[in-house]
Amino acid sequence: MTTETTETAGSAPATPPARPSLLSRLPVLKQLRQSVGLQRGMLVTGLSLTAIFILVAAFAPLIAPYGFAQLRDASGPFGAQQPPSAAHIMGTTVGGYDVFSRVIWGAQTAILVIVIAVVFSIIAGILLGVVSGYLGGWLDRVLVVIGDAIYAFPSLLLAIVLSIVISGGQSSLWGGIFAAALSITVVFIPQYYRVIRAETIRIKAEPFVESAKMLGASTPRIMFRHVLRNATRTLPIIFTLNASEALLTLAGLGFLGFGIEPTAAAEWGYDLNKALSDVTSGIWWTALYPGLAIVLAVLGITLVGESMNDLADPRLRGRKRVKAVAGAPSATSVDTTLPSDVEIREENA
Amino acid sequence: MTTSLLPTDTPSVVAPKPKSAGGGLGRYLLVRFLLIFPTIFILVTLVFVLMRTIGDPITAAQGGRLTADQLQERIHEAGYDRPVLVQYFEYLGQVFTGNFGNTISDNRPVTEVLLTYGGATLELAFYALIIAFIVGIPLGMLAAAHRDKLPDAVLRILAILWYATPVFFAGMLMKLVFSVYLQWLPVAGRATTRTELSMQTLPNKTGIYLVDAIQLGSPAAIGDVLAHAVLPGITLGLLTAGVFLRLVRTNVIGTLGTDYVDAARSRGVSEFRLVRKHAYRPALIPIITVIGLQIALLLGGAVLTETTFEWKGLGFQLAGYLAARDFVAVQGIVALLAVIVAVTNFIVDVIAALIDPRVRY
Repeated sequence: MTTETTETAGSAPATPPARPSLLSRLPVLKQLRQSVGLQRGMLVTGLSLTAIFILVAAFAPLIAPYGFAQLRDASGPFGAQQPPSAAHIMGTTVGGYDVFSRVIWGAQTAILVIVIAVVFSIIAGILLGVVSGYLGGWLDRVLVVIGDAIYAFPSLLLAIVLSIVISGGQSSLWGGIFAAALSITVVFIPQYYRVIRAETIRIKAEPFVESAKMLGASTPRIMFRHVLRNATRTLPIIFTLNASEALLTLAGLGFLGFGIEPTAAAEWGYDLNKALSDVTSGIWWTALYPGLAIVLAVLGITLVGESMNDLADPRLRGRKRVKAVAGAPSATSVDTTLPSDVEIREENA
Repeated sequence: MTTSLLPTDTPSVVAPKPKSAGGGLGRYLLVRFLLIFPTIFILVTLVFVLMRTIGDPITAAQGGRLTADQLQERIHEAGYDRPVLVQYFEYLGQVFTGNFGNTISDNRPVTEVLLTYGGATLELAFYALIIAFIVGIPLGMLAAAHRDKLPDAVLRILAILWYATPVFFAGMLMKLVFSVYLQWLPVAGRATTRTELSMQTLPNKTGIYLVDAIQLGSPAAIGDVLAHAVLPGITLGLLTAGVFLRLVRTNVIGTLGTDYVDAARSRGVSEFRLVRKHAYRPALIPIITVIGLQIALLLGGAVLTETTFEWKGLGFQLAGYLAARDFVAVQGIVALLAVIVAVTNFIVDVIAALIDPRVRY
């Protein structure tokens, strides 16, 4: 966690201690090599599913036989609620769209929303976390209370309120995507904020921060060069876990009718909403495929996040029978085994 | 939907400084209690500000249906043409006295909507919690006891699958299988019309159908109500069960590694007993705290589950008001849920403090 120490102190560029090659330090590759057994299986499955998800999104125009808002082709209208056939391998929806095409195009919408939402919330969360954790004082206290209030609230409801505000509830492609993404962003900011703030407070006490202060580095420089760089090591994990949550929130919004209009883009949650009444009359294909798409996409991302999270924690990492070596991990603020757990053990020690 | 796989830690309460002996618990409870107010205040303010940035609710609900003059008149009547700050303080005052405004679409007090439909949501949440406890906790212990072995692997994958499946999709699949194909269970609703009608005649009906059906004393009604509850309860329950399973597993694994468990093992205590008694009990404390946080998840999930099963509770109503663009109703229900969440979290923290002295600092 303090690999930067030698550089940050601004010392002469003496040959840095041999670091592992860049390749082996890349977040995902490193974990892949660390993993064994089931964990490796989970990670590989997750990576494959995620890769498929991304590829489908990227090549949607090539894969999908029809447009997401296409109702007819040369041979006439598709017809509503047609069972799967050669022309429509997943059938057609109640609105007369081709289910397969909408499932494929939906991947594109989903990726856009996830990326925008996660990038925005990471940036905002990191900024707030570092500033609030490093500066402390009343600003910190106010932000903590606000963050906790938002964190404790059902995120879906908050996202609903925000999507009303941003788009009035229904909108065009980009309007809808931004509305959904920003609604999710606000819900996630407190999570990043908490993690980064806790890390910042911990790192603030490290000797290298003090020495930077002694050398006369300005506060912003310490915050963003010395503290921030060291506070972000847990982010890839939160990133993946949040990406799956973003996808579920998007689907939830769509299911409640706050999705993107079917003519503007394909969205799985919206399609499921429209399929709700189909289910009662035994029409399964309109619900099954968009639903499976959500499950597989979320599953892929979650498996990656989960296994990376386990691998980051020596107590959860699959062991090759070296219990004694594992020892007690240093306390990080990100610890899915509940922080209190670690604290308790430290108290007892 | 809002399951967090993230560090599910307790809200970092601004802890009172450790002080000299005495008054620890009392002071903790007081500080914790006072913290409810800023939480509610912040959420209510947030919702108010957000909802008001899109203009007045009357135009949102009725725009296009009324002429500009009629619209203006309605806006004036409702006082939405006054300065926002005045409206805000009036709203705060109303919320403080428990008045959450009147809905626009059907002109009922939001509190009445809550009283009518809150029981249904409560009932659903109750079933879901029972399912979550029955399924999640034993399976979590099982997974911890067989850590990294087959049962653990299977259960972990199941838990991730549950998490990855949106509640409404799970609900739709169950409907498809159990209601449409097998026809074992009713498709939607909380009871058949006949049962509902006969329950209407009860002198003091609670809105919680199970209680009402028991009051009615008719086994058929009880069976009917329960049959309707099975699918929604299981759907929402499994969502929460996945969280419980993971929680119990991680915490029991944590306590299984402690010295006193080793000591007990060396005394010859059976592995089953180790997990069941020695490791499980201390692991409960963080579990209780996190279960409190699940109320938010449960409420969010309830909105989706109720919509899926036409379970006429608060969430179903909320979705209806959303569709009708009745933002006063939405604002009212959301603000009310904020209060419920804040109070529940307080209660949970109190329970945790009573059980575990360490929480009090």
